[in-house]
Amino acid sequence: MILVFCELKDGQLRKPSAEALSEGRRLADAAGKPLGALFAGASCAGSAEAAKYGADVILTAEAPTLASYSSDAYATVLADAVKAKGATVLLAAATAVGKDVIPRAAARLGAGYASDVTALSMVDGKLQAVRPVYAGKAFATTSFASAVQVATTRPNVFPAAEKAGAGATEALAAPAGDFKSVVKEILAKASGKVDLSEANVIVSGGRGMKDGANFKILEDLADAIGGVVGASRAAVDAGWGLPHSMQVGQTGKVVSPTLYIACGISGAIQHIAGMSGSKYIVAINKDSEAPIFKLADYGIVGDLFEVVPELTKAAKALGIGSN
Amino acid sequence: MKILVALKQVPDTETKIKVAADGRSLDPADVKWITSPYDEYALEEAIRIKEGKGAEVVALSVGGDAAKDVLKNALALGADSAVLLRGDGQGDAFAVAQMIAAYARDKGYDLILCGNKGLGGDNAAMGPMLAELLGVAQANVIVKLELGDGTFKAEREIESGSEIVEGALPAVITAQKGLNEPRYASLKGIMAAKKKTIEELDAAPATAGALISALALPPERPAGRKLEGDSAAQAQALIQALKNEAKVF
Ligand SMILES: Cc1cc2nc3c(=O)[nH]c(=O)nc-3n(C[C@@H](O)[C@H](O)[C@H](O)COP(=O)(O)OP(=O)(O)OC[C@H]3O[C@@H](n4cnc5c(N)ncnc54)[C@H](O)[C@@H]3O)c2cc1C
Ligand SMILES: Cc1cc2nc3c(=O)[nH]c(=O)nc-3n(C[C@H](O)[C@H](O)[C@H](O)COP(=O)(O)OP(=O)(O)OC[C@H]3O[C@@H](n4cnc5c(N)ncnc54)[C@H](O)[C@@H]3O)c2cc1C
Repeated sequence: MILVFCELKDGQLRKPSAEALSEGRRLADAAGKPLGALFAGASCAGSAEAAKYGADVILTAEAPTLASYSSDAYATVLADAVKAKGATVLLAAATAVGKDVIPRAAARLGAGYASDVTALSMVDGKLQAVRPVYAGKAFATTSFASAVQVATTRPNVFPAAEKAGAGATEALAAPAGDFKSVVKEILAKASGKVDLSEANVIVSGGRGMKDGANFKILEDLADAIGGVVGASRAAVDAGWGLPHSMQVGQTGKVVSPTLYIACGISGAIQHIAGMSGSKYIVAINKDSEAPIFKLADYGIVGDLFEVVPELTKAAKALGIGSN
Repeated sequence: MKILVALKQVPDTETKIKVAADGRSLDPADVKWITSPYDEYALEEAIRIKEGKGAEVVALSVGGDAAKDVLKNALALGADSAVLLRGDGQGDAFAVAQMIAAYARDKGYDLILCGNKGLGGDNAAMGPMLAELLGVAQANVIVKLELGDGTFKAEREIESGSEIVEGALPAVITAQKGLNEPRYASLKGIMAAKKKTIEELDAAPATAGALISALALPPERPAGRKLEGDSAAQAQALIQALKNEAKVF
C-alpha cells in the first residue's frame, strides 16, 4: 500500500494534502498498489473527501487524546499504520505538521526520508524522489536504501487531480495519552490568509518599498489578484514591522506559486533561491540592470509607486481574481 | 543542566553551486564554509541558558577536519567543550541522527539544541529523527523557549502564525530565526577557546536511508521580455500577458 497522511482544516481536506493524495494515486497506479489515506484527530469528519482524490481506503485514528497535535502521538499513529498495512511508501504534504511528524515516524520505521520533494516516480518498483537542495540552486535525485520509503511533497507543485477511489473506511486504534509533547495553544495570525508556502500568487516587496506603510499598495494589488504579500530580507530586517514569516529566500520561506511579482527587489542570490521555483516571475524595478530581470518572464522598468497602483487598477477593471 | 548543541558546517549562502565530477555532490572548490545560520541560534540559546540559570554546554559536529572551525567558533562564543564525530559526510540526515544518538545516549543531556534545517541539505529532519532515536520530546522551528523544572514551553512557527508546544525534558529543540540575536565572539572568548581542545571520536556506524544518486542544476529559465510604455501602458500589457499568454488568471 501507498499511504498518505492527510490533514483536515475546519472539516475540509487541506489543499496540500489533496496534492499529496493525487500524487500518491499516480504512484499507486504505477506500482499496481492500493492507496490509503490516513487521518488523525479528535474528529476525522471530512475525511471521506479523500476518495475524490483516489483513496481506496480511508484510515482514521479518532480519539480525544489526538485533539491537540503531539509529535510523538501522531508519529505513533503513522508508524503503526504503516506496519499494520505493510505500506512501502509513506507520503504527506510538507506542511508545518507534515515536516514535524514525518521524519520522526520515518526514524521509528528505520526508513529513509526525502523532504519537500518536487517530483516522485516509481523506478523498478522503488520510489525515486527529486528534491531541491541549496534552497533550489540544485536538485538532488534521491533513492531509498530502506524497505519503507518516506517523503513529503512541496505544496503547490503537484496538481490536485480528482479521480474517484473506493474510499472504504477503517478505524485505527489511537494512542492512550501521556505524550512527550503536546500543542497547548494556537496563536493565530490576524489576517487569516493562506501561508506564502501554499499561495498561488505572491506579491513581494523589497528595500525599494522604502517603508512598511507602503506595503499597503502591495496588499491592494494582492487583494485584486487573489494573492498574498511577501518580502525580501532587506525589507524584513529594515525595522518596518514586517514579521520574519513574510521573508522569502534561502533563510526564509521557499515558495513555488504560479505567479511571483517582485517589487523593488534587486534579486540577490539568497532571495532568488527562495522563489526561482515560481512558474511565472514578474519584476518591477527602476534599475534596468537589476539581476532580478534575468529571471523574470515579464519585466517592468519603472517606479513601483506608479506601476503597482496602475496594475491594481487594470486588474480590477478586468475583474480578475485567481481562485 | 547539560545541553548539547549540534552544529553543521555548510556552504556560504553566496555559493554558486557546481556539481562535482561524481555527478552527485557539490564541487567543494572555491566554497566558503560557515556554521549553518539556524545552528547559530541554537548555540546562542544554549549560552543564554548557561548565563541565566547555569548549564554545561557541549558543541558537537559530525564531519571531517574542516568542521573543527565550526567547533572552534562555538568554543569562542561560550561552549564549554566541543566534540567532533568523525564521519565521511556521505550519509543522510538519518545517518547523522544515528551517530549523534549513539554519542548522546546515556550522557544525561537535558536539552539538545539543533537548527531547524541545515542550510543546503535542507532536510529539516535530523532533529526529529534524533528525538525519536533517543525516545525524547521534540519541538521544531522554535522562536521562543522557556524552561521549567523538567519541562519546556516553546513557541513554534506554523502556517497560520505560531503555536505553543509544552513537553517534558529531555527534549530536542530546533531553532528558527527570531529565537534570539546571536552574539559575536569576543577577543577574550577567542583567546580562551585557543586553550581548549576538541575531543575527536570516530562516529558510530550508521545506515543511511536516502541516497543521492544525482545532483543537477535547475533548467535555465526562458528569456523574458520587458514591457514598454508609460506606467499605465506597462500595467495594461502585463495584466493582458498574464491573462492571455501565461493564463494565470
Ligand atoms: C560527498 C557527500 C555525499 C552525500 N550524500 C548524501 C546522500 O547520499 N544522501 C543524503 O541524504 N545526503 C547526502 N549528503 C548530505 C548529507 O550528508 C547531509 O549532511 C545530511 O543529509 C543532513 O544534512 P541536512 O542539513 O539536510 O540536515 P537537517 O535535517 O536539515 O539538519 C537539521 C539540524 O541537524 C543538525 N545537523 C545536521 N547535520 C549535522 C552534522 N553533520 N553535524 C552536526 N549537526 C548536524 C544541525 O543542527 C542542523 O541544523 C552528502 C554530502 C556529501 C558531502
Ligand atoms: C546569510 C544570508 C542569508 C540571506 N537570506 C536572505 C533571504 O532569505 N531572503 C532575502 O530576500 N535575502 C536574503 N539575504 C539578503 C540578500 O543578500 C540581499 O541583501 C537582499 O535580498 C536584498 O533585498 P532587496 O532586493 O529588497 O534590497 P536591495 O538589494 O537593496 O534592492 C532594492 C531594489 O529596489 C529597487 N528600487 C528602489 N526604489 C524603487 C522604486 N521606487 N521603484 C522600483 N524599484 C525600486 C532598486 O533598484 C533595487 O534593485 C541573505 C543574506 C545573507 C548574508
